[in-house]
Amino acid sequence: MSNHDLILSTPAPARPWRERLGSAMPLLVLGPSLVASFVYVFVFTGWTLYISLSNSSLLPTYGFVGLDNYASLWANRRWNIAYTNLFLFSGFYIVGSMAVGLLLAILIDQRVRGEAVWRTIFLYPLAVSFIVTGTVWSWLYNPTDGIQAMVRGLGWTNFSFALASDRHYAIYAVIITGVWQASGFAMALFLAGLRSVDSDLVKAAQIDGASTFRIYRKVLLPTIAPIFLAVAVIQIQFAIKTFDLVAALTKGGPGISTTFPAIYVYDLMFQRGQIGEGAAAAIMMLAALAVVLVPYSFWVVWRRRKEAGHG
Amino acid sequence: MADVSLDQAQDHHAAAVAARRHFLTRFVIYGLLVIFAAIYLVPLLVVVLNSFRDQQEIARNGLISLPRSFRLEAWGQAWSTYCIGGTCEGMQRNFYNSLKMTIPATIISTAVGAMNGYILSKWRFRGSEALFTCMLLGVFIPGQISLMPWAFILGNLGLSNSTYGLIVIHVIQGISFTTLFCRNYYVSIPDDLIKAARIDGAGFWRIFGKIILPLSSPILIVTVIWQFTGIWNEYLFGVVFTSGQQQPITAALVALTASGTNVRAYDVMSAAVLIGALPPLLIYLFGGKYFVRGLTQGAIK
Repeated sequence: MSNHDLILSTPAPARPWRERLGSAMPLLVLGPSLVASFVYVFVFTGWTLYISLSNSSLLPTYGFVGLDNYASLWANRRWNIAYTNLFLFSGFYIVGSMAVGLLLAILIDQRVRGEAVWRTIFLYPLAVSFIVTGTVWSWLYNPTDGIQAMVRGLGWTNFSFALASDRHYAIYAVIITGVWQASGFAMALFLAGLRSVDSDLVKAAQIDGASTFRIYRKVLLPTIAPIFLAVAVIQIQFAIKTFDLVAALTKGGPGISTTFPAIYVYDLMFQRGQIGEGAAAAIMMLAALAVVLVPYSFWVVWRRRKEAGHG
Repeated sequence: MADVSLDQAQDHHAAAVAARRHFLTRFVIYGLLVIFAAIYLVPLLVVVLNSFRDQQEIARNGLISLPRSFRLEAWGQAWSTYCIGGTCEGMQRNFYNSLKMTIPATIISTAVGAMNGYILSKWRFRGSEALFTCMLLGVFIPGQISLMPWAFILGNLGLSNSTYGLIVIHVIQGISFTTLFCRNYYVSIPDDLIKAARIDGAGFWRIFGKIILPLSSPILIVTVIWQFTGIWNEYLFGVVFTSGQQQPITAALVALTASGTNVRAYDVMSAAVLIGALPPLLIYLFGGKYFVRGLTQGAIK
């Protein structure tokens, strides 16, 4: 008998109302959340999907136009730049923040003094909004006031650092800032993972004479492999939803060089009154998420089944 | 058992080599940590210092330089007199808006999440796992998908351009997260505890109050920190559904820094940025260590 059916295991002869209310209580309490979540997940998505197939412009209307909005979306150069940026950003952002995060986690894991202080320093950007981070970094990138001005002031008058104001490189300014913000989070999860590894495994490897490097490569990192995946999935969500960071850092510019899908949706819906096409762009964002998350969730379910099978 | 028949001299030599290697590794470890710490701290330091510097001095020497002036006026201006888009009240109203939005939304979504998590882990019924999965999907839906529906709903409820509208949004959106966190944490509480309590005649609420709640503080801290920082820092809904005096602080910050005239008031903007960043920073500084500990117990599994 598993622990699943606590409710079913209570005998059920003519019960007084109190008891019946008691057994209905879980559903009564859960009900509103279920309804709200159902509406939020399915009705909202369905609604936006429908608008994306309609001829809505300034206000939602329900004249069905098929995939017209998607066609005009993909015919738009700005959208194509936005989608390309999304892939570029996601790739560098995830790999970058995980690499830095892992390095920091391993460094801190070497029984360093003042561990709490280091951890706090690396993790504090997590508490700060993308708006704050983006604003401050836009100042640092500003050629006349920020890093370039400082280095020139030190004597290197030819020094040039105008990442965010160069059309070709502005996206990297966004990436660097994103990595700065997110690697502490990756560090925290990696560190927790390293700490949760059974210490007997490590001791056994040490007795066998394995070097620290080898222990990490052969024992610790493989054991925390699921955490890598979890971190990547969490980060990719942030990447796809990136709006605040760009809004505060570059406002999509210079020109349209750092436009992102999220910025594009906002623009179409609320600045240009093209709700239909904006909804189509939002659905494309959801599609990008689904491409990542659907295989991941299948993998998680598969892994859980496997573990349950062994347990 | 390790072999301990090394002779004395060899032992000394090996120890010396090991000590040198140990020193070198330590040096590299701390060196890297210091470099990264500098990269993380410099932006914060720059903002803090500039909020006390004189605007002319910043214009002369750049943002990143040692302060040669000290004044507190920028903080006062940012708080109560600086002009954003025509109104000259500083950030105070937006700061209060953010508090009025964040505190209720955090409390409600956390309470609901704790109840949901309790039910979905300890009162499972047929289909409850499937329902849980459906709720989880809410975590992944990008805000852009829900913009149009929210605009319609808030409009009909008469809640557009109000803090209450944002509370509704953040509660509904947050339930998925809080339920996920709490449910994953409560799963690790032994079912035998609950069974024993039921045999003793305890019901749904009593078990929650007497058994679950006292064990909940790690996950409630995580959930509250997550929700508070997330809602306080949120920008998209704030900028879409409110304007002017109703805006939360994130939206006001963007408006303030964009309203640059010829000379950028870096001193006031720095103070404003810090005012906007302070509440989640304080929460994090006091609760950060519980956050990391709890996150690994609940969120990531």
